Amino acid sequence: MTVRVQREDFDVGRELAALRGADPRVGAVAAFIGTVRDVNDDANVKKLTLEHYPGMTEKALAGIVADATARWDIFDAIVIHRVGELAPADQIVLVGVTSAHRGDAFAACEFIMDYLKTRAPFWKKESTPEGIRWVDARASDEDAAARWNETPGENA
Amino acid sequence: MRGDSDQSLTLVYLARLRDAFGASGERVVLPPDIATAGALRAWLAARGGPWATELAPGRTVRIAVNHDIAQPDTPVRPGDEVALLPPVTGG
Repeated sequence: MTVRVQREDFDVGRELAALRGADPRVGAVAAFIGTVRDVNDDANVKKLTLEHYPGMTEKALAGIVADATARWDIFDAIVIHRVGELAPADQIVLVGVTSAHRGDAFAACEFIMDYLKTRAPFWKKESTPEGIRWVDARASDEDAAARWNETPGENA
Repeated sequence: MRGDSDQSLTLVYLARLRDAFGASGERVVLPPDIATAGALRAWLAARGGPWATELAPGRTVRIAVNHDIAQPDTPVRPGDEVALLPPVTGG
């Protein structure tokens, strides 16, 4: 299991090749790549600045990956999340999961992403023609994460 | 190493809260009756101004104690790192 928080871009092909290596048990690799859009909440986004809470971020991501490993039959997983200044079309996040079959790989990948969106301490600040603003959290992200939730009350 | 006599804990303010409070954190010594994350939040809100606004009971602010998400009854102790987190927006 690999978790990285970094300023630099990442090479998806290289990361996924390293993730599955030469493991002959792997029959499925699911990956999600999040990228910067140029429009959010009706404003043109020129630049995005991502900050995090060093120390807690790595711990939270490792915990999410561990949860996924406990819930699905997966062999390995990687999460890379960028911080610092990003521009529209830049890559922000990569989640990759290997498994024997696609069902576990798809589900674990989506779970990791849903939990990352609502539990990992990252914050986006947008530069728009109207000024700089912190991005608001979306209720739809909480709803997406709650789908996986078997223990009500944890979202407090 | 901190001496036994140091009763302070470290507060960390992140993202929007750092801007609102005008600081990325501070060291504080808590009164004896402030011993949980929930009590700490109320104690800070009682400072008034942006503290009262941002930490009002209806506002979503999570508290992390030593890098783990805390509940209102989670203990806070001298030497802890206690962070106030606005709703997260990564990914």
